[in-house]
Amino acid sequence: MSSHDNGHPDVPGHELSNVPDEALVNDLYANPGLPEHQWRPTDVDPRAEKRAERQVATLFGLSAVCTILLLVSYFAFDIGEDPDVVGGVGASNLFIGLSLAGALLFIGTGVIQWARKLMADHEIVEARHPSASSAADREATLAALDAGLEESGIGRRPLVRNSLLGAVGLLGLPAVVMLRDLGPTPSQVAKDKPYPGAGIENTIWEKGMRVVRDVVGTPIRPADLEIGDLVNAEPEGIFNGGEDGEPLEGLALQVNKSKGAVVVVRMEPEEITPGDGRENWSVDGIVCYSKICTHVGCPISLYERTTHHLLCPCHQSTFDLADSAKVVFGPAARPLPQLPLMVDDEGYLVAQSGFTEPVGPSFWERG
Amino acid sequence: MDTSRVAKTNATTAATTTKPNRAGAVANWADERLGLATAMKKNLRKVFPDHWSFMLGEIALWSFVVLLLTGVFLTLWFTPSMGEVQYNGSYDQLRGIHMSEAYASSLRLSFDVRGGLLMRQMHHWAAMLFVASMMVHLLRVYFTGAFRKPRELNWVIGSLLLILGTLEGFTGYSLPDDLLSGTGIRAADGFVKATPVVGTYMSFFMFGGEFPGESIIPRLYVVHVLLIPGLLLALIAAHMLLLVYHKHTQWPGPGRTEHNVVGFPMLPVYAAKAGGFFFIVFGVTALMGALLSINPVWKYGPYDPSKVTAGSQPDWYMGWPDGALRIMPGLESHFWGITISWNVMLPILILPVVMFTIVMLLPFLDAWITGDKRDHHLLERPRNAPTRTALMVALMTMYGLFWIAGGNDIIAIKLHASINQITYFLRVAVFVGPVIAFVVTRRWCISLQRKDNETLLHGYETGIIMRSAEGGYSEKHLPLSSTRAYTLAARDRDPVPVDHQHDEDVNGIPAPSGGRVAALRHRLRTLWYADNVQKPTVEELEAGHHHAEHEHELQAGVEGHAADGHQFDGHHLVEDESLRQH
Repeated sequence: MSSHDNGHPDVPGHELSNVPDEALVNDLYANPGLPEHQWRPTDVDPRAEKRAERQVATLFGLSAVCTILLLVSYFAFDIGEDPDVVGGVGASNLFIGLSLAGALLFIGTGVIQWARKLMADHEIVEARHPSASSAADREATLAALDAGLEESGIGRRPLVRNSLLGAVGLLGLPAVVMLRDLGPTPSQVAKDKPYPGAGIENTIWEKGMRVVRDVVGTPIRPADLEIGDLVNAEPEGIFNGGEDGEPLEGLALQVNKSKGAVVVVRMEPEEITPGDGRENWSVDGIVCYSKICTHVGCPISLYERTTHHLLCPCHQSTFDLADSAKVVFGPAARPLPQLPLMVDDEGYLVAQSGFTEPVGPSFWERG
Repeated sequence: MDTSRVAKTNATTAATTTKPNRAGAVANWADERLGLATAMKKNLRKVFPDHWSFMLGEIALWSFVVLLLTGVFLTLWFTPSMGEVQYNGSYDQLRGIHMSEAYASSLRLSFDVRGGLLMRQMHHWAAMLFVASMMVHLLRVYFTGAFRKPRELNWVIGSLLLILGTLEGFTGYSLPDDLLSGTGIRAADGFVKATPVVGTYMSFFMFGGEFPGESIIPRLYVVHVLLIPGLLLALIAAHMLLLVYHKHTQWPGPGRTEHNVVGFPMLPVYAAKAGGFFFIVFGVTALMGALLSINPVWKYGPYDPSKVTAGSQPDWYMGWPDGALRIMPGLESHFWGITISWNVMLPILILPVVMFTIVMLLPFLDAWITGDKRDHHLLERPRNAPTRTALMVALMTMYGLFWIAGGNDIIAIKLHASINQITYFLRVAVFVGPVIAFVVTRRWCISLQRKDNETLLHGYETGIIMRSAEGGYSEKHLPLSSTRAYTLAARDRDPVPVDHQHDEDVNGIPAPSGGRVAALRHRLRTLWYADNVQKPTVEELEAGHHHAEHEHELQAGVEGHAADGHQFDGHHLVEDESLRQH
């Protein structure tokens, strides 16, 4: 193989036997060399060449037509209203999109057709060069590096070097510390209580707070629920917990929805296996649990009434609502926190107290 | 180069140096100011080898450009704010509803900006193409050994691009603040909170307080449109520069060696093909945006932290860690007043980091085990590196099984299967599957190597059955063309590992050994090459050819008649026998 003659820098020795110093040597056959170039019809037949030229120009022409169509459809079709007309995507979207696709694809195919049929198709051979610099260059660079380092005295003056390293390293601290005000710490939020229910271990639930339907905010009587019913509920506080009994808004609303949401289910009282000390947490077979999954915090909503299982749609953790919402399947490790229920003077479901443990996903300080 | 016959229509205005044409004049003007001619001298006609698989990375590159173009369009209308507004745009079903400005502006882009929905859909489809093509490109580079010296650093850059592309996708689909994307962010909050020691602090800093806060959308936005795209751009530039510097790898074949690169010049052929291909990728994205609905955020509704939709799933490239999260058993440790959530930490915080670290280290692992420090510019067929190929197939199998786990609910519904059983099965399969895949792939590669040797030694199978005078049947083999034979034989023989551990010098004193690490390396190296089939030696090849010649002599009588089979391979025509169509 003639290629062996090319200069190649010394390859550092490898500890393998029978390996030539360079990759891929064909010791069985001599290199037959590049196959002979074949002329294409467009190279030798003027009619084929003209035809290819016309094809390419036609493709470019079609692209221009599509661009015009695009502009026409931009103004011709109304958008808004119903996005589902015409194949579920909307007429404007469909026609602008199709004409844009045409305009682009015709240019693309035209240019590639031009390259394939009309541009020279001779393969060219280019020599490779080693990725490494020449030995002389490397030596010169190393010498320059040495000279520079020597003249700086960085090796001889450890005091200067180390104090610089220390000073620059210390600059990493402000880079981190100055991000401090990205947000308050968990304990600050719990202490300052910028809104009701603030703090990672708290919710807005408290003794006597009514359990209300989640969208409309109406309170629930035990008799409103039939056996097997599941109601998505919220603490009444999000509807009247603001100043002067106003509904919560903005951040306070979003945070409290994200922590306070509960599910209320009714089953036969004898089907319930109450946990230790939870014997009186239910009312006539009505139990209430946090709706926030203890895995990574999705709201849970898929209820199978025959088994009393509640399934999280995100990662399929399954909780048994008849048995303190213990995990029966899936990646969650803890039961859903239970809200102790009772009935107030007017006969509505209320909380006996807030949750006795933090809701939602686990965290380090949770204990 | 002989261009005498090429495109005569072009040839009438041939370029000359004495009388610069218009392009030349511009180039001269630029060179007087920028001095680019020295650098461009070689690069304008830089040679790129041709193979369909070299196009995969190009898809990634061009879809990134499409992402930049469509993304800029979207930023003109999108409002990255969690401020609450009442929607009063064109979409009937949501009019009057309170929602974040981010969601309202996503609806506006979809219903009140002409072409806005198209750009949104193209942007999302291009993102999927971007990540998918990067993955397939990675597999191509790995399976052909293109990551070997001197290209290891480019492999690392490529891996970083894949990670960043994935994060860019996640931050992007989180922005519209619809119910689905909000659910994704909420899960991310759960992941962050599972971080030991600092989890809650990180969560509070990310969200500017308690989840969901009012800061996450604007913060994700700046990460999505500035931080990650900037890094992507810089790394793509480095990736391309290294590609140009190293010159592209090529398949071995006649005329193609470790010391040259054979192909078409950048100008004009590759400029045209690659430039044309940009329009193709752009056009296909437009086609998808026009015809295929993606992420219809108006159907999900605005984010409400107390709600969720059934079948919530992330975009496909986030599916595998999500799958790991789904099949992980619910393990948690409680002691000394602290909680460690193994069930979240292992699959989502540790596993992806481990997987990406393994991927990034593959070239170095390969080089360390094989001890190969040579430059490689010719590609290797996957079958000729059975252990390497099997390693990636094992990783792919693991990825695939995790990915399937990410859709365990959908599979359960579509196949009417028990989600519990699917999950239990996958818990085992993610460990056993890769092992089976490894063994099967390795043996498969070795069988293919054996087949190549058969072909080299005995020629190719013609499909023609010969009957001997004794009545025995045999298949007629014909010799390979010189091109084919050369290409098949263009591979290295595997090295024979030498155990330095037991080297002894003349006095019988053991040579200083590298200790346990060297022993491990030796064992791995032995396993790496174990059972590989080597290409024939010169002697074996001669013996094989001799045998074939002998057979040919026996069959000489049929030469030129239909039974010689040459009407099928085009070696020569056979009288009264045209190529049979049936």
